[in-house]
Amino acid sequence: MTSVRYSKDHEYVRVEGEEGVVGISHYAQSQLGDIVFVELPELGKVVEPGQEVAVVESVKAASEVYAPVSGAVIAVNAELEGNPALVNTAPEGEGWFLRLKITNPAELDALMDEAAYKAFVASLG
Amino acid sequence: MTHAVDPLLTTLLHTTPLFSAHVALGARIVPFAGYEMPVQYAEGILAEHHWTRAHAGLFDVSHMGQAVLAGADHAACARALEALLPADIVNLAPGRQRYSQLLDPSGGILDDLMVTRPRDPGENGRLLLVVNAACKAADFAHIAGHLPAGVTLTPLLDRALVALQGPQAAAALARHCPDATGLTFMEAGPAVFDGLPIHLSRSGYTGEDGFEISLAASDAPQLWAALLAEPEVKPIGLGARDSLRLEAGLCLYGHDIDTTTSPVEAGLAWSIQARRRTAGGFPGAARILKELADGPARMRVGLRLDGRAPAREGAEIVHGGRTVGTVTSGGFAPSLNAPIAMGYVPPALAAPGTRLDLMVRGKALAATVTALPFVPARTARKPAKEA
Repeated sequence: MTSVRYSKDHEYVRVEGEEGVVGISHYAQSQLGDIVFVELPELGKVVEPGQEVAVVESVKAASEVYAPVSGAVIAVNAELEGNPALVNTAPEGEGWFLRLKITNPAELDALMDEAAYKAFVASLG
Repeated sequence: MTHAVDPLLTTLLHTTPLFSAHVALGARIVPFAGYEMPVQYAEGILAEHHWTRAHAGLFDVSHMGQAVLAGADHAACARALEALLPADIVNLAPGRQRYSQLLDPSGGILDDLMVTRPRDPGENGRLLLVVNAACKAADFAHIAGHLPAGVTLTPLLDRALVALQGPQAAAALARHCPDATGLTFMEAGPAVFDGLPIHLSRSGYTGEDGFEISLAASDAPQLWAALLAEPEVKPIGLGARDSLRLEAGLCLYGHDIDTTTSPVEAGLAWSIQARRRTAGGFPGAARILKELADGPARMRVGLRLDGRAPAREGAEIVHGGRTVGTVTSGGFAPSLNAPIAMGYVPPALAAPGTRLDLMVRGKALAATVTALPFVPARTARKPAKEA
């Protein structure tokens, strides 16, 4: 069974067993606008919640992307190098950033489920 | 990843006469220079940028400061302004405009501006000024505080300013304003748009052919709607305005130029005409004339990055392990599909082809000094006179 959880910084983690696929939400990409570059981490990088794990560059500005949960980076989306616009067109699909080996699944409980995140985004106006 | 706006600040923000038009078009509104301005419309910055280069983009720049300088005659008015900037305004012909910079006593740039001499002989002794939005209050106080008796500055608070830019701008505008195509680059004059009186110049901030249109604030929505109804025309926000001007190698005040930069360092010596180079008589003339003779200590250059990652304003420029300068504007160039930047480096490192590193998040990104503009200008310059 898979489930998607969201951070207040608009990252998502799609839980697949002991692994998590991380990217930015549809709302985040809509706020950033056209994405022109994504800086992805080295494989093996170990991160904690709230730690910078990638950088996404729109035409206008660079924005940090934070790890939603603790883990080690076990894969990155190489497609983004040649086609960063995937983050705009399919942020929660083909525009994923990286795959983490989740080390502390209990941290997922601190994140929002889809309904809670939807309400959170709505509250931002 | 959200950019919260201070609610206190929001209450202090101004709007332009076209604000409700922007909202109706689905613009994303951001605070800019004290105004609520459209940073992009529904299609986004990349699409707006490409549209302007291929067709015609319509920009609301009503936040910029417009003013009239008036004196007994052209010479009196021009000499008053020449005391504050290094351009030759005395010899500016009727119906012509010139780019210049307000300078502080050490030759630093207080703001850059456009100066237009009206074409109509009945307006002799008047000059039209357009300055940056963020600087306008300080500029107008500075100018007014340095005027001789008999010369007055009047800010035009009830005027809008709209720019139409791109290779199809002239064709679209001419359907409403047949006089438009009679102007060449940096010419200006009064005109009529669908019965509305406007002041038109063939100028802009994109490197494309195009026009800037000053008109009564109350007439602006009608002109805006009429131009948007043309098939070549789409609305363009401040985001694409910035990427277009960066590709055109044009300076943005507060970023590429400020009080720490001189016009010569900034590569704007072309805007200091021969008479002023001989006679001086402008703020900071001693420094600027010396820089013209001996070369400046640093120069603004264009930088093309090897990879895909942009370098932004503030990135250090490194050569041989030593910091040699700073990026003043940087981003992604949609027309080149590559990152570009501008910054200041010592003259020895300013030649096109020089390899430099730009430091981004602790990494050295390789870049090459590139002649400006990055994208060739396509303005409607007057053909060179035959010999």
